[in-house]
Formats: sequence, C-alpha cells, structure tokens
Amino acid sequence: MPRLSSLWNLANPTRFLGLADRLLPWLAALAAALLAVGLYLSFFVAPPDYQQGETVRIMFIHVPAAWLGLFMYVMMSASALGTLVWRHPLADVAQKAAAPIGAAFTFVCLVTGSLWGKPMWGTWWVWDARLTSVLVLFLMYLGIMALWRAVDDPGRAARAVAVLTLVGVVNIPIIKFSVDWWSTLHQPAAVFRIDGPTIHPSMLWPLLVMALAFTVLAVALHVAGMRNEILRRRVRSLWLMEAERLDAGAETAAGAAR
Amino acid sequence: MTRAFLALVLRDLRLAARVGGSGAMGLVFFLMLVAVVPFALGPDLNLLARIGPALLWFSAVLATLIGLDRLFQTDVEDGAIDLILSSDTPLEVLVAAKGVAHWLTTGLPLALLAPLFGLLLALTPGAMLAVAATLVVGTPALTFIGAVGAALTASLGRGGLLLAILVMPLMVPTLIFGVSAANAATGGTIAFLTPFLILAALSLVAIVIGIFAAAAALRQSA
Amino acid sequence: MSDPHAGFIIASYALTGLVVGGLVLRAVVEHRALRRALEQLEARGVRRRSARQETAR
Repeated sequence: MPRLSSLWNLANPTRFLGLADRLLPWLAALAAALLAVGLYLSFFVAPPDYQQGETVRIMFIHVPAAWLGLFMYVMMSASALGTLVWRHPLADVAQKAAAPIGAAFTFVCLVTGSLWGKPMWGTWWVWDARLTSVLVLFLMYLGIMALWRAVDDPGRAARAVAVLTLVGVVNIPIIKFSVDWWSTLHQPAAVFRIDGPTIHPSMLWPLLVMALAFTVLAVALHVAGMRNEILRRRVRSLWLMEAERLDAGAETAAGAAR
Repeated sequence: MTRAFLALVLRDLRLAARVGGSGAMGLVFFLMLVAVVPFALGPDLNLLARIGPALLWFSAVLATLIGLDRLFQTDVEDGAIDLILSSDTPLEVLVAAKGVAHWLTTGLPLALLAPLFGLLLALTPGAMLAVAATLVVGTPALTFIGAVGAALTASLGRGGLLLAILVMPLMVPTLIFGVSAANAATGGTIAFLTPFLILAALSLVAIVIGIFAAAAALRQSA
Repeated sequence: MSDPHAGFIIASYALTGLVVGGLVLRAVVEHRALRRALEQLEARGVRRRSARQETAR
C-alpha cells in the first residue's frame, strides 16, 4: 500500500517539518499572487453596486473572512478527531495552530461587517441572525484559546481542547437554529437585507478569487503555525532534558564531594 | 449500576447539605441577582414585569455557573475519580449521578423558588408559572452543558472563570428557548408549546452529550 | 475614490491588512526565535534521542 505508507510518512513530525520547509515558500508566493490579483479585481474591475455604491467592496474581504472562520473550525474539529481517536501528535499540533488563525479571521469578519453595516444600515451592529451566530463562533474560539493556555502539558491540553471542540461542533447547528428563531422573533424594524439581489458575475469573480487567495493564505499560515508548534515542543522537551541532566550532574557532583 | 448511581447521588446530596456544601449558596446568589438588578434599572414595575422572565432566566444561568466549578474538582483532588476508574462502574454513571445531584440542589430549587422571586418583579401568576415550568425543563440542560466545562477544568485548580468562558456560548440556545417559552405564555404571537418542546429537546440532547463528553474529558485529564 | 463612505472601506481593508500582517509577522518571528533556541541547545550538546542515534550510525 504505497499511498498509505506515504501518508504515514507525512504524519511523522520530522518528515512534516521537511515538507513544510519546502512547501511554505510556494504557498506564500501563491497566496501573495492571488491576493494581488484579487485586490486588483475587487478595486479596479468590479463595478460599484447600484444600491450600495463603493461600499460593496468591503464584501470582498468580509465574505472570505467569514468562510475562513468556519473553515478553520472544521479543520480544528477534524484534527480533534485525530487527537481523540488516533492520539496522533500531528493532529494536536494542527488543532492548536488552527485556533488563532480561525479566531483572527472571525474577528476580521465581525469588524468588516460592522464597518459595512454602519453606512448601509446606519448602525454599527444589528442583532441579526447571521451577525449573532458569528459572534457566538468568535466567543467559542476565544474559549478554546483560553483552554489551550490554561493547561501546561501539551498532550493533555490537546485532548481537553479536542473534547471541547467536538462538543462545539455538535452545538454549532443548534446555536445557528436557535439564533435564527430568536432573530425572527425579534425582527428589527427596518433592516437592509444583504441577500436581496443575486450577485452579478462581475462581482462574483473578484469574490471567488479573493476567497481562494484567503484560503491559500490561511493554509500557508496553518502550515507555518504547525511547523512552529512542532519546533516549540522540541525546544520544550530539550529544555526539560537539559534540566534533568543538570540535576543529575549536580547530584553526582554533590555525592562525589561528600 | 443502578445502586452505584443511587449511592453516588445520595453521597452528593449529603455533601451539599453539610457545612461547606454549596447547596443553598446558589439560591442566595439567585436572590441577590434578582434583588440587585432593579437598582440598576430603576423600580419601574412595568419594565420589570416585561423583562422579568428574561431576568429570572439569566440569573438562573449565572447561579448555575457559580456552583459548577467544584462539581468534579473535589473528586479529582481526593482520588474518588481514580477509584471509579479502576472499578466496574463506568465513568458516565458518575457524571450522570453528579449532574442529577447538582440539578436537585441547584436547578430544581431555583425553578421552585422562581415564582416567589417573580413577586419582586411584579410578574403575573401566569408568567410565574411559565417561568417555573421552563426552568424545571431547561435547567438540566444548563447543568449538563456546565458539567462538560467542569470536567475540562477539573484538574486545573483555578477553573472558575475559565469554566464560564467555555460554557456560556453553549448555553445560548437554552437561554433563547427558555425565555421565548416563558414570554410566549404571557402573550405574544407564538404558541407556548413550540419553544417549550424545543427547550425540552435541548435538555435531553444536553443530558446525553454532556454525560459522554464530560466522561471523556475526565478520562483524558486523569 | 470620491465615495462618501471611503473611510469605511479604507478602514476595513486596513484592519484586514493589520490582522493578516500580524499573523504573518507572528509566524515569522516565532519561527526565527525557535530556530535560534534549537541551535543554542544543540550547541550546548543537548540533542534529541533520535538525532543522537542518527549521528551514532
């Protein structure tokens, strides 16, 4: 089974480091190129919207950020399964590296949404179903990151976070459903609906390119984060080894002196 | 297994009743919250009556959170968890027993006393009954969602604030449907039964997920 | 851009740039610091077990 064995090789942290070192420059270059094209398209090619004017350009970062906020959570959940079922150290690392990236993009989504809402709706924030669900997602990211920081031992932290992430993934549809219900119950007086007109191709292309650019960027950041996390664990275990050796050395020295 | 379950529930109930137990503490905190909020909002009885169900529900969430951080901590510290891990009794039974005991000492008294506190907020008898009914049905969800957080932070020693951060986003659906049902009973456009039944379903789901997830979390940290 | 809402658009892109730039910067700075720490440890003769076996072979 050559496929399986190559996958197994990749799962070895040292192999992963080698691969990451080779892959990252390409990923970074690809992300930069796509971002350049996407920014050009969204600023100079996409026409202003007939209703929203130039403000619609915020969409080209807002929507990809929202997509990545969800995408990184799915990534974390898949890694959480890897942690709990196969107890694989690389899954722990993938889980940990994904959290801050997902939180950052969710944050970008919230703030750009707010900056878009102010000129369009006349208010920075509406308790609209979508905004509220994203806010809860952001809170869950913050909780996960807080749990990572609270447990010292990386292996134990990974398993605890994995349980929390999976409980969260079961709850996300329930939260979405309940927030939808809640927001139809408290329908605000006059809210500009974003989902009114279908999107025109002249705006769809810049949006797709930007979404792809953000995705490649997030994958590059994730790989870089995983590489850093592996190195951090190495440094940590080496420090522990050194401390142990120094301890033992001090003891034998003390024994010899006695 | 039933006997082990009952023994564990009784043990926790006895512990809650003893000196140092947190049995009545949640209730006192609940009363404090209900008594302090009018100082912030002003004594307008119409306003208080309108937001009363929401206020009682929110206070119930906070009061449940307060007692949760010690749910498994004492058992991790004194080694009771290790004993259960090495016995035939599954850890899930321990979690279920702890959850039931916690609900009996926190959620149920909160629900039963809610009508009394409703008097302070000028609730109508119908609204009081609705709040009590939704709290009886909804607080198991709060307890068992909280149990997951309690299990995750059990071995940390300083889990109180972290527990609240982890668990509160997950309590959003329960809060939404609890308050909706309580408000629906006192008038409004929707039938009482729709949100009430969803609330009941949320509780059942939370009990199942909570038991297995909390047991998994305890096993991981042990 | 003569749009009345130019400020909002610029602010959105600037913030996104800042956050993404921050993520990239964090990754690069951390990577450098960790590589340096590893080099220092290796210079002091602290090696991972697997690395020692490789040199012994």
